[in-house]
Amino acid sequence: MTTKMFGQPIRRTEDPRLVTGNGRYLDDLGHDALEVAFVRSPHAHARLTDIDVTGALDVEGLVAIYTHEDLEAEDIAGMAEPLPMLIPHPTLTHGRTQCALARTEVNYVGEAIAMVVATDRYIAEDAAERISVVYELLPAVVGVEAARAAEHLVHDDVPGNVAARMVQQTGDADAAVDGAPHSLGLDLAIERSASMPMEGKGVLAKWDSDDSSLLVHTSTQTSTSVRQAIAAKLGLPVDRVEVVTPDVGGGFGVKIMHPWPEEVLVPWAAIRLGRPVKWTEDRREHFVSSAHERGQLHQVRVGYDDEGHLLGLSVRFWHDNGAYTPYGLIVPIITSTQLLGPYKPGVYRVEFASLYTNTVIVTPYRGAGRPQGCFVMERVMDAIAADLGLDRTLVRERNFIQPGEMPYEQGLVFQDGRQLTYDSGDFPASLAKLKTLVGWDDFPAFREQAQAEGRTVGIGLACYVEGTGVGPYEGGHIRVENDGTVVVSTGLTSQGQGHQTMLAQIVADELGMPMDRIRVTTGDTRRFKYAVGTFASRTAVMSGSAMALTARKVREKALRIAADALEASVDDLEIVDGQVRIKGAPASRIDMGTVAVLSNPLRYAFDEAARRATQFAPAADPTKPPVAAGDAPGLEATDFYSPTQSTFANGMHAVVVEIDRDTCDIKILRYCVVHDCGTIINPMIVEGQIHGGVAQGVGGALYERMEYAEDGQLLNASFMDFLMPYASEVPTVEIDHLQTPSPLNPLGVKGAGEAGVIPGSAAIASAIEDALGLTIRRMPISPSELFHLRLTSAESAGPVETLRKVRS
Amino acid sequence: MATETLVHVSFHVNGTLHELELPARRLLSDALRHDLKLTGTHVGCEHGVCGACTVLVDRAPVRSCLVFAVSLEGARITTVEGCCTDGGDMGPVQQAFQDCHALQCGFCTPGFITTITAYLAQNADPTAEEAREAISGNLCRCTGYQNIVAAVQRAAALRKATDRTRRDPSGEVSTGSTTGVES
Repeated sequence: MTTKMFGQPIRRTEDPRLVTGNGRYLDDLGHDALEVAFVRSPHAHARLTDIDVTGALDVEGLVAIYTHEDLEAEDIAGMAEPLPMLIPHPTLTHGRTQCALARTEVNYVGEAIAMVVATDRYIAEDAAERISVVYELLPAVVGVEAARAAEHLVHDDVPGNVAARMVQQTGDADAAVDGAPHSLGLDLAIERSASMPMEGKGVLAKWDSDDSSLLVHTSTQTSTSVRQAIAAKLGLPVDRVEVVTPDVGGGFGVKIMHPWPEEVLVPWAAIRLGRPVKWTEDRREHFVSSAHERGQLHQVRVGYDDEGHLLGLSVRFWHDNGAYTPYGLIVPIITSTQLLGPYKPGVYRVEFASLYTNTVIVTPYRGAGRPQGCFVMERVMDAIAADLGLDRTLVRERNFIQPGEMPYEQGLVFQDGRQLTYDSGDFPASLAKLKTLVGWDDFPAFREQAQAEGRTVGIGLACYVEGTGVGPYEGGHIRVENDGTVVVSTGLTSQGQGHQTMLAQIVADELGMPMDRIRVTTGDTRRFKYAVGTFASRTAVMSGSAMALTARKVREKALRIAADALEASVDDLEIVDGQVRIKGAPASRIDMGTVAVLSNPLRYAFDEAARRATQFAPAADPTKPPVAAGDAPGLEATDFYSPTQSTFANGMHAVVVEIDRDTCDIKILRYCVVHDCGTIINPMIVEGQIHGGVAQGVGGALYERMEYAEDGQLLNASFMDFLMPYASEVPTVEIDHLQTPSPLNPLGVKGAGEAGVIPGSAAIASAIEDALGLTIRRMPISPSELFHLRLTSAESAGPVETLRKVRS
Repeated sequence: MATETLVHVSFHVNGTLHELELPARRLLSDALRHDLKLTGTHVGCEHGVCGACTVLVDRAPVRSCLVFAVSLEGARITTVEGCCTDGGDMGPVQQAFQDCHALQCGFCTPGFITTITAYLAQNADPTAEEAREAISGNLCRCTGYQNIVAAVQRAAALRKATDRTRRDPSGEVSTGSTTGVES
């Protein structure tokens, strides 16, 4: 019997090439290509009055310089116009996008103004340095407060800097808060961070003038949509454009945004010049011209009863969307809905404003608005517990949605336009597991012991629910070759999540094929043209399910053909180790490669195997058409999975910290995770995703922030100054799993990619609060900030009083 | 602007001698990647902080984005491609990375593999704490490092299990003990 692959910690098939230096990332391709450097705005807000390129023209090796004028001069509809508004939403009343090259105004430091093409990057940068741009400086709007004040405008035609306002409510929440026995108000803030993959973006374009076709490689999370966007922008038939995603050195959200200016400019230049053109983003460019996320201010009012049950929750928040809104309102919509976590909020109202600032655009970064929402809700839970003198886990338990209440309607519309309906989960069971894993009830004894040793320790926790596997759909194609190789394709991309391995595990089980016969391709539009992309923890749910459905079709066809060949009933057959055989009579069998040969009636015997399928072969029945009506040659199938709604994963983290009494250095002693992503396909990969997510959560809680000066300069745009955690900062993660299968898809899976990052700031804030008896209302927090917070807290009366009580 | 002056330099990479004519400003990372097409060495930050571009120069880890290629006359350089076995299979550190799921996107991985290769030559049997310290100069955005720490120890075990007489990645034969390689 074939060993079952699903659920096993199978080592990754990607790894042998990646560890030996044989991966192929964007900049590993196109050694013969011309290279691009950009002139980018050094100012956050300015009008362009002149661009003088003459100083650059005598640089040896310069090939071309393009500015917006060149985009206008070209007879291509759309190139000179702003880039697409990718995710329009009715409430996005003042959406704005940038032009590929700035037309008359720049709105953030880093916005591209001129594109230089040269024989290599060194020379392109030499020339770029010699281009002179004259700016008329305008006042910069930096930070949510300045955007709200609207003393200055980012876009002249956007009053109040407001791109969108949106309200969702399940009733009169403010009345519920006002009428509650207890209530609290909290102001909560999260600062900007960024995905910051180790590989930046990059684009390589080759124009084949003989074939009038364009081949683009780009480091993206969505090759199919980049393909559509390039075709639309360059006025090419989609049929003439293919987009390939090579190995991608991490995405974490930033590469789902598209088309980046460079993704249309590089192909445009390649067509104009008739030569391959490549742009590889450098680290500084990535800081100032990709995307950031997380910056939000929140005001919360919550009402609750004597036992801590929520009666009303009213949330207002302000989302800093940066200079443009190409990715719409996805992040604040997710915050406003996923904030609720595993809880019943009583009556809920949420209102947000999405505000323009003269900073880098904001698009989803792993977690995508959920870390902020989780921080808000979990701070509320801790504040209620502190107010009522209750254990923090007890307040949470009392507000949990119970397993018997699934599916549970929150009464809101989620980011995909569908109702926010939780499909599954057992929150009390998850919390019980977490308390056991971290030893919640034993912590007081540990604290006492630590105190006796002169140490200050604290414990915190945070819970989240994550809508994963959003639609609209994904698909799969599977073909069995004559040699028994199984060629598998899906349209979405991979950027390190082990999709090749995970999808092969699914196909191996469904088809009865050994793993080493399966070849998986992702993100290549030459192979599969219909897909959405890799984001929102959706690959296992969407492509995984599609691949299972596709494999079942292939299996059905294989059994039908084999039944003819073996003169047996389909019901009597099984596929084991790549052989279709008669159950109970394993000697009567036929190799899947041979089944593939028989699936394709032939005239020509191009090899030995093909002889079995030619028209004079014994198997051919002269009374029937070689290909039956409704059938098709080849042992292959395509299928799609398109669910009615997202599936909701969940988890709970607990963290133990120690605070240095002198320096306020924050050390994580333990980090525990209970995670429920439904049925697990590969536990090794899932745990790896959790480890990495936790590391980013720790970074977001303690280290990472974008330090913008008031004039809009990003002061820490390097790895020396933007502090991402090294091994010395990341704790060992202890994991326990709960598997409540999703009823929504054929595999019972839920997404796992983003989860680890979501509760980081909330859980760590909770633990620091517990250690020091003060209140934390903004993250990240550095030792010096904590030091000062401790000083100011000591000046006020005490920990409970520092909660701003609205009414009691 | 005149054509750039080219400077002659010769060095060994993974045991092969290369004679190159390069502009003086060409970084070692670019020379390896674009002149020699050894693209296993990756560039993550261009200022020596992330460690993705780490190669071994005369067995010592060096950030190849901070070194001019023409300054390495006569050097013996090892890249991640040179950390394979003589037969081209995964070497012990590489195998350990697969075994322990110590990589996800794989972009930072070459810098870890070269760093760990050099480290194990000096400390063949590290504790978990020492292993963590050994990799704490390299950035990884995917893994949270936990499995990389495990891979260091796994690599140490695989390394000890290999033949007593073996060829080290810089192409020179070392015998017996795996310690004592000078840096």
